[in-house]
Amino acid sequence: MTDLKTTKLHAKHIALGAKMVPFAGYDMPVQYPLGVMGEHKHTRGKAGLFDVSHMGQCFIIPQDGQFETAARALEKLVPADIQSLAPGHIRYSQFLNSQGGTLDDLMISRLGFEGHTHKLYLVVNAGCKDADYVHMLTHLPDDVFLDYKDDDLSLLALQGPKAAQVLGALCPQVLNLTFMTHTDAPIMLPSGPTFIHVSRSGYTGEDGFEISVKHEDVLALTEALLAHDDVEMIGLGARDSLRMEAGLCLYGHELTPDVSPVEAGLIWSIPKHRRGADAGYLGAARVAADLADKSSKRLVGILPDGRAPAREGTQIHDADGNVIGEITSGGFGPTVGGPIAMGFVARPFAKPGSAVNLIVRGKPRPAKTVKMPFATHNYYRGN
Amino acid sequence: MSVKYTEDHEWIKVDGDTGTVGISPYAANALGDVVFVELPEIGLELSKGDEAAVVESVKAASEVYAPVGGQVTEVNAALEDAPETVNASADGGGWFLKIKIADASELGDLMDADAYAEFCKGL
Repeated sequence: MTDLKTTKLHAKHIALGAKMVPFAGYDMPVQYPLGVMGEHKHTRGKAGLFDVSHMGQCFIIPQDGQFETAARALEKLVPADIQSLAPGHIRYSQFLNSQGGTLDDLMISRLGFEGHTHKLYLVVNAGCKDADYVHMLTHLPDDVFLDYKDDDLSLLALQGPKAAQVLGALCPQVLNLTFMTHTDAPIMLPSGPTFIHVSRSGYTGEDGFEISVKHEDVLALTEALLAHDDVEMIGLGARDSLRMEAGLCLYGHELTPDVSPVEAGLIWSIPKHRRGADAGYLGAARVAADLADKSSKRLVGILPDGRAPAREGTQIHDADGNVIGEITSGGFGPTVGGPIAMGFVARPFAKPGSAVNLIVRGKPRPAKTVKMPFATHNYYRGN
Repeated sequence: MSVKYTEDHEWIKVDGDTGTVGISPYAANALGDVVFVELPEIGLELSKGDEAAVVESVKAASEVYAPVGGQVTEVNAALEDAPETVNASADGGGWFLKIKIADASELGDLMDADAYAEFCKGL
């Protein structure tokens, strides 16, 4: 326990009555007294506040001050098109190994404010961040500089239908953001005036924001947001059930060093001109091969019949008892009101509506494959 | 009628040679919101410590073990449609099953309410 790292809100979590668990090397809140079910429903109904300061934040800064230099450098490591990224916009992508397996998934933003639009801002998973930094140091050319912000920046997520109203009252500029855009904005906190970096994005399927804030301001911002009646703190338990209902991949479950982004259903994040074996990024050959090979496995949503949840590791069989895949995330979806799961199946079963059996405690239980998400996305794309 | 407890947080309420089995409010609270309960077949013969039922919360699946050996005579089928009863009334309406106790001497190994309360304090 003594080796676990903590976020700057650790004492606040404990004061709020959180149950703490080790996660990715950090002592993190899995739930608060409201409980996973209540926290999940509160986020879908009003607004949930998450401490995600364990995630890695860093900047890529080109030494020549040219955005194209940074974009070309990062394009060697991710399938996404970075050169076309406009200032103030965000793109989702993945770091791949040389075999095209997934090392991490990440959010990539091009800064939007005057004089800084040549810089890229990355948010990576907590459990992968040290390896990601080494990966970037190893493969990025010498003309870009990496600036890690773990010692300076915390990260909050405010998610749910009330998120815009709540954050907008403190920082009106955020109301102009649409899904997958970001801004840097001044905010007045009881601790004094400061700047926050706000992205209209998240991991719940709801409208909401991810807010990068200086360590010394994160407690004051958290308390200012929690002062609102519509806001509750939400732990990792509900974060998992929310992202599962939203059909979003979790590193270490759906995404692993063996799984390509094509298999994981992330082809939407790879533009057409980056799908060839010669696209020039690490792992491109695998992406092209998996697109061509109709026998490769695919990630699907799975809806069990009945009420029994099927957890991670559950075998998926066809009607004749042949193993055709495995559940990677599974549990109960509070908004769906029943069990939900995600898993890989052999390509012929990836078609929505395919009948499969899940082997739960030794017994086959009928289920069918479905198109995700399980709960409708409510992203704000503008009026 | 007496109630005895196991270190795995099951309780058994003894009435003659019939025992009603459930999980303690402490366990129900630790599990969180119960979303699924799997009950055994009536007639199943259980030895002390056998898996008698499964209880799943949003977070995880847990086993309910037989506090003593015996044959399953009744199950609380209402839990299949209303698993949340386990949270609302763990020591009442949230019971799981009844067994015909095979060997009453096995009850002697279990804790009474005071000993169990003390046991939970130490956790």
